[in-house]
Amino acid sequence: MTLLAVERIKLFTTRSPMWCTVAALAITIGFAAMIAGVDTENLPTIASSQFSYSFGLVVIMVMATLAITTEYRFGTIRATFQAIPNRTATLLAKTTVVAVFAAAVGVLASFGSVAVSKLIQPEADLAINTAFEWRATAGVGLVYAAAAVFALAIGVLVRQSAGAVAIVLIYSQLVESLVALIPNIGTDIQKWMPFYVANKFLTGDPDPTTRAVAEGPPPSAATLSPWWALAYFVAIAVALLAVSLFAANRRDA
Amino acid sequence: MIEAHGLTKRYGKTVAVDDLSFTVQSGRVTGFLGPNGAGKSTTMRMILGLDAPTEGSVRIDGKRYRELHNPLRVVGALLDAKWVHPNRSARAHLRWLAKSNRIPMSRVDEVLDTVGLTNVANRRAGGFSLGMSQRLGIAAALLGDPQVLLFDEPVNGLDPEGILWIRRFMHRLADEGRTVFVSSHLLSEMALTAQELVVIGRGKLIAQCSTEDFVARAAENKVTVRSPQLGLLRTAIGQQGATVRDEGDSLVVSGMDIADIGELAAANGAVLHELSAQRGSLEEAFMQLTGDSVEYHASGTDADTEAALRAAAADLQPAGK
Repeated sequence: MTLLAVERIKLFTTRSPMWCTVAALAITIGFAAMIAGVDTENLPTIASSQFSYSFGLVVIMVMATLAITTEYRFGTIRATFQAIPNRTATLLAKTTVVAVFAAAVGVLASFGSVAVSKLIQPEADLAINTAFEWRATAGVGLVYAAAAVFALAIGVLVRQSAGAVAIVLIYSQLVESLVALIPNIGTDIQKWMPFYVANKFLTGDPDPTTRAVAEGPPPSAATLSPWWALAYFVAIAVALLAVSLFAANRRDA
Repeated sequence: MIEAHGLTKRYGKTVAVDDLSFTVQSGRVTGFLGPNGAGKSTTMRMILGLDAPTEGSVRIDGKRYRELHNPLRVVGALLDAKWVHPNRSARAHLRWLAKSNRIPMSRVDEVLDTVGLTNVANRRAGGFSLGMSQRLGIAAALLGDPQVLLFDEPVNGLDPEGILWIRRFMHRLADEGRTVFVSSHLLSEMALTAQELVVIGRGKLIAQCSTEDFVARAAENKVTVRSPQLGLLRTAIGQQGATVRDEGDSLVVSGMDIADIGELAAANGAVLHELSAQRGSLEEAFMQLTGDSVEYHASGTDADTEAALRAAAADLQPAGK
């Protein structure tokens, strides 16, 4: 508990987490408002209100990466390891705090998007009833948390802000989409790419069969069922974290 | 007490610290002296468990750093005053450190007061001057009220006022009975601050002795005597128990006061062509000891190098006196 409190103090006594939160919420909720306002032909649905979750995801991953790389940048990681020589414990505490924070931002972003859509189109049916609708909204928190773990692990491994952020962004935004362009096997590989699979958890069945593709985030063709898709995404993030913890213990601070 | 046994750190082929063994006694200020690049900082990082030694070990009161429970309460250290997030306030920086070792929050304000940063405690540390950063680093080191304190080049880049403040502070800590291990590449600074010295060069131990011994060795006075009657003088001085050595057409006398030699010459009716004192400076002794172990020699001829070193040593003198 002490270590969690330490990391909580560290996270909230600098300004970047606050700005990242504001940015993530503004982008996701703002985009949802735009969709609800611009598309006058169709009323917003839960799915369409979550169009922009991936934008907020990018910001949260940057925040999570910076949470650790700034410690290397400013040498506070040494002060940290000096105060708490158990590196595994202190990095796990940081991961936990950042993941919980990311989850909170995710939940705020998704429910905020629903709320703003309802505000703009009061006659829309935005009640959250089905399992899909719960996953598409509350599930955003879980995906943000796991993505934060993924990004933080990259940060621990790379230890350098620009490099780590570039890897996280290029991988999640470009590599996973471009992989599909490989002839013959591209789409089969893509079905197992972590962020693509995570998308299945949020947009997955029964929805793709019942809605137009234009409504909501592009559906995922991953073969895993939604909850297995989440488990797969979490497992990859945790595995990456384990590798990064091993590295952090081996290396000189 | 800090004990290093065969401490070695290699980065690929480069040996930063080479089979280093020394002991830092409690209740004294021990200076850790060596030229830039001698391995002082690496050694300090190994003491704190930040870098893993390639071979050997270092223990604090018999324990490895990683085995310490709430280490900030045992060892306080200032290795780099810049190890602070620039957007975090001084108080917030100390708050998380205190929390991590279960140190009461009231202690944060205490140490801020001790180092005189109370007025700027809520300002972001990124805006601090070097002197203020240094004070914040010292506050962090003192937070757990530790018995062992490590400081790496604490006066580097400080103005005279800051240097004086740190020097007094070290003395106060030692007077309180703490173990203070402070590194520097300035012998003149160490001569004022430290009671014991651990001298290293190129990662190897050169000397471990009291500062007094080191200074005595360095400041040994020699007198050059030139005279047409050298034989007479050599015998007369030898009878007084001083050591006499021939050097060209002159004698070099050690262990005898210059005035006494003059009087002795007069009593023996000897003509003196020269009677001059050769005062060895601390820096010269340091150069002699570490001369071969400076990692990056200045390029150029030896004479040039020597002249540059002498000039540098002369610059250091005011701080040493």
